Amino acid sequence: MPILSLDPRVNRLQAEEVPADQAPVLVPGDHWPSYQVFHQRRRGEKHSSVGIVHAPSLEIAMAMAKEQFARRGETSNLWVVCTADVLEMDYADEDVFRTTPAKSYRDPAGYKVNDKIEAYKAQQTTLR
Amino acid sequence: MTFSIPSNPLPRYLLQIADDQLVMGHRNSEWTGLGPILEEDIAFSSIAQDQVGHSLAFYEILHQTYGLDNPDQTAFNRPENGMLSSWLVEQTIGDYAFSLVRHWCYDQAVALRYESLAQIQDSNLQALAIKLRGEVKYHTFHAQTWMKSLLQGSEESRLRMLSALKEVWPLALGMFEAWPGETDLMREPGSQGHPWYPGEKNLQDLWQTRALESLASWGVEVEALGLQRMEPVLGGRQGYHSEHLAPLLEEMTAVFRLDPQAEW
Repeated sequence: MPILSLDPRVNRLQAEEVPADQAPVLVPGDHWPSYQVFHQRRRGEKHSSVGIVHAPSLEIAMAMAKEQFARRGETSNLWVVCTADVLEMDYADEDVFRTTPAKSYRDPAGYKVNDKIEAYKAQQTTLR
Repeated sequence: MTFSIPSNPLPRYLLQIADDQLVMGHRNSEWTGLGPILEEDIAFSSIAQDQVGHSLAFYEILHQTYGLDNPDQTAFNRPENGMLSSWLVEQTIGDYAFSLVRHWCYDQAVALRYESLAQIQDSNLQALAIKLRGEVKYHTFHAQTWMKSLLQGSEESRLRMLSALKEVWPLALGMFEAWPGETDLMREPGSQGHPWYPGEKNLQDLWQTRALESLASWGVEVEALGLQRMEPVLGGRQGYHSEHLAPLLEEMTAVFRLDPQAEW
């Protein structure tokens, strides 16, 4: 059977073998949206994207996220966000970033201030 | 396989909690691999694992402080009438509605027991109750979100949950069965000076008030369902069980019985 979707429930429907007029109709409760999960290890640290869960609601997404992404190691907090609520750039617009790697003058490594700091430190040591 | 139920009230009470957790955890683990969706399968299995872990923690204390045999022997080498678990936890898993409603009823009660146990004078038990309370907070959150979601979901989900509620309720009331030594334990002063254990009647009232409030907030017509007129299913706390416990013990102890003295 060809893989129709990465969601196994869609494949299980075997929709392509069923005549169109008998095809099962997907209602919202059958096909849950995905939620992005953000994990915070300790208070004060940033929340990092760790993956997705499928759920029928935000609350159930949280209940699922806790066991999928916070079942081991340290956790202080979790966020879940409905994937549909995330505004994503179009990959067709990736070219807006094409020239940025060349702008080395925006890279902190290019700053001259480090030389001055080193010189100042050396001077302080000599004075002492 | 001989076992005498502790005559002191505190170890007996702890054994009741431990046995409930062991049997509940074993039952809930039967959903592993069969859960309705992958994420829920993992979440429910984790809860089952927590519950068996909680039973171990109490068996440890019963062994170290109250002279019971080691946790493996206490858990796996006991006659059925030495088990003090309630009838609620030994019932077979049924459909997912039954298991979810049972999970909700059960973990709300566990939360209340741990809340009160966190007031005990014994610092080991107090620390344990505070530690385990955190895990139960997730269990009740998990249960509540599903209860709310399915009771407010489609007509089918609502009817299946209501029918499961009617089935589970009398069994859930049986968790609060009176037991010998209860009144003595109710007199024991806790860390704040006043008694820490409110007794089964008070626990049941508190549990029922909270449960009915939640159900009403999810649109359940509690009166029409007749929950308040139901009679509890009793026997578990005295060692009398339904036909479901023996097969469960048989399966749960099968590996252990191959060599009861083995070091695991």
